[in-house]
Amino acid sequence: MSIASVLEQPARRRPFRLRRAFTEAGSVVLGVIILIWSLAPVYNMFLIALDPEEGEIEFDGNLWPPEPSLEGFRAVITQEARYLETFWHQFGNSFFIGLLTMVLTVLIGSLASFAVSRMRLSKGSLLTNAALLTYAIPASFLIVPYFRIMHSYGLSDNPWAVIAAQVTFATPFAILLLQLYGSLIPFDLDDAARVDGASAVQVYLRIYLPLMMPALAVVAIYALLLAWNDYLYPAVLLAVRNMTVAVTQGQLFSDTDAPWNAMMAAAIIYVVPPIALLFALRRYVVAGLTMAGVPE
Amino acid sequence: MSSMQQVLTAGPPVSVKAPRRPPGRRRLRGADFRWAVAFVVPYVAVLLVFVLYPFGYALWMASKPSLYADLIADRSYLTAVVNTLLFVGLGVNVKMFVALLLSGFFLRPRRWIKALLAVYVLPWVIAAAQACVSFHWMLQQEGLVNGLLSALFGIDGPLWFNDRWLGLGANIAVYIWKWMPFWTVIFMAARMRIPQEIYDSAEVDGAIGIRRFVHVTFPLLANIYLLCTLVSTLWAIGDFTTVYLVSGGGPAASTDVLATLGFHYAFDQSKPALAVAAMLSALPVLIPIVLLLMRRLQTSEVEL
Repeated sequence: MSIASVLEQPARRRPFRLRRAFTEAGSVVLGVIILIWSLAPVYNMFLIALDPEEGEIEFDGNLWPPEPSLEGFRAVITQEARYLETFWHQFGNSFFIGLLTMVLTVLIGSLASFAVSRMRLSKGSLLTNAALLTYAIPASFLIVPYFRIMHSYGLSDNPWAVIAAQVTFATPFAILLLQLYGSLIPFDLDDAARVDGASAVQVYLRIYLPLMMPALAVVAIYALLLAWNDYLYPAVLLAVRNMTVAVTQGQLFSDTDAPWNAMMAAAIIYVVPPIALLFALRRYVVAGLTMAGVPE
Repeated sequence: MSSMQQVLTAGPPVSVKAPRRPPGRRRLRGADFRWAVAFVVPYVAVLLVFVLYPFGYALWMASKPSLYADLIADRSYLTAVVNTLLFVGLGVNVKMFVALLLSGFFLRPRRWIKALLAVYVLPWVIAAAQACVSFHWMLQQEGLVNGLLSALFGIDGPLWFNDRWLGLGANIAVYIWKWMPFWTVIFMAARMRIPQEIYDSAEVDGAIGIRRFVHVTFPLLANIYLLCTLVSTLWAIGDFTTVYLVSGGGPAASTDVLATLGFHYAFDQSKPALAVAAMLSALPVLIPIVLLLMRRLQTSEVEL
């Protein structure tokens, strides 16, 4: 405790303690509000997913389904539900697009920021500014030209068209974050390695990449979530067979006849991989966001 | 010290030791220069093929002046402009300010608050499309929200998507729900960089509670708060999924924003040029924000 509380008169201690009790009570109330606010739509997903009846989206006054059933989940996993006949194939598409977006963003972003900030390529700051300028045009505003251009490249209904778009919009953030984090790594390390005869590629592989792990983890998760969860680009650039899972529920969003228990079960299954990745990389992510080293 | 780092450390008192290049730039030697260029080529290619070319294509598609006359004549365009301003203005500012406040709450050293944080970041991980659909069903006449309203308070809930202002409000609330966790985490990271000594000495001067926030925390975070708000504004102007999947633009296209209106022009009404014109009409707002962002990043910059 600080000097201030030591100097407090005993008479003033009681209101102080009362005040602390109020703070604690207040933070519990706030905690409950945050819990309800964050979980309400997730709870609604479970309510619908656990209903044995197909089209039940109404709230019937039960806070928990009287007869919870895993029928929705079963129908998704066995691909028996309508509109979800190719669920696992679409899940695979999501994986393909998500993983390649992640790998390419990390690769392109780290190479570019290594050249600009570590090798000090002259005029490199132009590249950083170009990255920022990309944000002047929101991704959704380029969907019409993209649709036309991908068609002329012969990439209609091709996952690579979506991957290209996602990498384009993920790399500016990657470059900005990597430059920011890279400035924490001492240049002496690079110089020492160079004196020992290491080439630029070796410095990149042996020094830059390992030390940048926290920032790379943040970039990887950012890129994966962008591609995994995007709606507009896959919806426009892909047809049903090559679609990602995130799009299917959206396209039927006002269709009361769709099997909503299975739809919501699919949505719940779909959240598991990103959460697993976030959990696996949590130490790096914390270090990357707080601009600190990874605690041992 | 690089610019972004200045930003994160939010001013001189919090500066960290940054490795500094010895003054005097050394030129890259032959092989190194070739490697550096090779490293940059992939990103330059992405920029040219997937940013500049589509952007040029968009400008070319929307170059006919008569398109803009068509836009002004279309009432749904003016509605969409007003909706975009409200969506971005309210959504971004409420979200950022509450995120700033909550970032302090989540840094309280309590075990249960750490666990709560894991639940709180869930919206960021859930696909926007699927969360929006869940909200859409929740706000239906027979949905969870109205069901609880009548069960708990005996109120007959409104038809949320039959009213422009309720629909717009729902869109804004879902937008805040989805993106507030991300910015809260960013502000938590910024707050963690404020050294405890500053708080200790401020406490001696009597700055605790709200006064500490107003006189110590906020001034130190003001720079990064502004930067994050600018970036978030750019992203929110382009937000498509929330409006498209929560209110669906209804009733009668009265809650459409520029992104969804453009989508309807292009893919429902087969007017792609008009769609691009509608979206590019936001450029006079977007470009000053980006320039401001660049300047804010460069003012504190010594070397980049």
